[in-house]
Amino acid sequence: MNSSHTQKHPLDGILRTDRIPHIWCPGCGIGTVFSSALIAIQSTGADLTKTAVVSGIGCSGRGAGYVKLDSYHTTHGRALPFATGMKLANPELTVVVFSGDGDLFAIGGNHFIHAARRNMDLTVICVNNLNYGMTGGQAAATTPHMAKTTTTPFGNPEPPFNLPLLAYASGATYIARWTMLHTRDLTQSIEEALARRGFSFIEVLAPCPTGYGRRNKLKPIDFLKIYQEKAIVKNGAHPAEVILDFNQGITIGKFIEYDRPTFSESYERICRPQAS
Amino acid sequence: MKPAVLTGEHFLTGDSACAEGALAAGCRFFAGYPITPATEIAEHMSKRLPEVGGVFIQMEDEMAAMAAVLGASCAGAKGMTATSGPGFSLMMENLGLGIAMETPCVVVNVQRAGPSTGLPTLGAQGDMMQARWGSHGHYEIIALAPASPQEIFFQTITAFNLSETYRLPVLIMADEVVGHLSERVLIPDPSKIRLESRPRPKGRKDRFRPFHPGANGVAPMANAGEGYMVHFTGLTHDERGYPVMTAEAHTEMVSRITGKIRANLDKIIQVEEYRLEDADVALISYGISSRSSYSAVDEARARGIKAGLLRLITVWPFPEEKIRELAGRVKCLITVELNLGQIHLEVQRCAAGMAPALLVGHAGGTVITPARILEEICGASRQ
Ligand code: SF4
Repeated sequence: MNSSHTQKHPLDGILRTDRIPHIWCPGCGIGTVFSSALIAIQSTGADLTKTAVVSGIGCSGRGAGYVKLDSYHTTHGRALPFATGMKLANPELTVVVFSGDGDLFAIGGNHFIHAARRNMDLTVICVNNLNYGMTGGQAAATTPHMAKTTTTPFGNPEPPFNLPLLAYASGATYIARWTMLHTRDLTQSIEEALARRGFSFIEVLAPCPTGYGRRNKLKPIDFLKIYQEKAIVKNGAHPAEVILDFNQGITIGKFIEYDRPTFSESYERICRPQAS
Repeated sequence: MKPAVLTGEHFLTGDSACAEGALAAGCRFFAGYPITPATEIAEHMSKRLPEVGGVFIQMEDEMAAMAAVLGASCAGAKGMTATSGPGFSLMMENLGLGIAMETPCVVVNVQRAGPSTGLPTLGAQGDMMQARWGSHGHYEIIALAPASPQEIFFQTITAFNLSETYRLPVLIMADEVVGHLSERVLIPDPSKIRLESRPRPKGRKDRFRPFHPGANGVAPMANAGEGYMVHFTGLTHDERGYPVMTAEAHTEMVSRITGKIRANLDKIIQVEEYRLEDADVALISYGISSRSSYSAVDEARARGIKAGLLRLITVWPFPEEKIRELAGRVKCLITVELNLGQIHLEVQRCAAGMAPALLVGHAGGTVITPARILEEICGASRQ
């Protein structure tokens, strides 16, 4: 028997090991982001029985299925409102939303802007692989202009969203972008997000070699090279100025962190009858 | 905190009585989106929930409202949302999730006339088949039909009890007239209100299988934050909650979620019989239409026609046995409903030719008058 199968992995305690192997393709970046999230959750030292993970639908959405925490794999786009209800019903819970760009920003875009506006106390990790991987590589709201996908065979005629700017305009109080190559920064960012109150949004670029890569002549290693060569750390950069362009550059870093009352704090103060 | 159960005599609209029924049932979470004629339920909850330790949130749309209610329920709260036709359509997506995840909650549809935007301020009963089959795939659902503010108060409590007992979303299929009608509502003492809660796990947490059914076919439910580390998914799953993409696993799961309702029909289904003992003509009605039906029965009796009424309190699951039994002993069945024949189709199916099944109905916008029903009863009795 291969000895690697008998050794305990440091994340075994928080993984549904009986569900491994996972469905993610070789060279896919989701697993690395997922590991960072698990390491961050573990290292906070918080009570794991009080941490819940909610996902929507898609390759990244499968994350909820592999984590040995209370975990909910919901409908396409609806992870955020589901997580909202969960957090409001039991404020003791730390609720992490782990999902993809298509799920959170196309079908779930309306929920994203409203959850951010409310400053709902959630940590949102968005794996951005620039396309719909699960269904075979269709254009998403994040697909770069002119990129090829199965539904943009002539190149994408549309421009993509700038996710940090969208999050900022909507009212998110913590905004960061990393790539899956920047695991240390990413893990630290997730830890920070978990430790604070309010709507925290972390975008993570991750390769989808099977979908996006195949049609845009990018092997897994090419994505990593681009992440290494083109990523520029600019902590505190204004979200309107961050760029995501495989030729011109990729702005990464922690862009925004500020405090304002969460939905629950405002609700308690304004709606709850006060003891006089 | 103010009392959740406002024991005493009140003059309430159906919408307000529904909200008070929810609070009396222990509902402490409401997520909604404004829509006529159900908005008053949300308004009432927005004021009352914070007084009793609950949370109200107005979501960005009905898909979000339904998702939030499921999330709250998975965290242990009793949750509700209320809407009307257009919003009900949007809720169908996550209604299916609630069925697959076996998550208790209550969804109120104060029906208005459709299709589409239809007649927002005028009543209908046109969403009855949508209530049964509106979400995709094969499933069982429980739907109740209140006929008055007093009844919607009690039915909302019943709906929560059923949803918790059988772990599924339960629908209250009201209508604009019942929702906006103001009548006397008696709210009993809390000690007189029987409340059920979801079956709870026992034994070792690491051995717990969240979808392993108990004696009545319903699996105990562990809530988020209790240390069971559960996994819930809308994918076809096994008793551990893990996705399994096979026809066998699917058959097993769908059999479980339909079987738990089919096996308990006698405990779930409620009907009311009015002057049916010796009836030749049996009306079958529910909700607001049943109120015109009582008068029509009395009027027909006064004219020497033996008419009676079967009032459906539970519409889904459909009281098939009762209709079969009636069809075997009356000369004619007449379904009275504010649509062009939905429950009528079920009555026809169950009557199976044993008795003719007629319909009094129209597309909605105004209630069916007793005179119109009486006309049909007289016509039928002459046959
Ligand atoms: S399709 Fe793309 S995103 Fe999905 S698992 Fe494969 S590589 Fe990853």
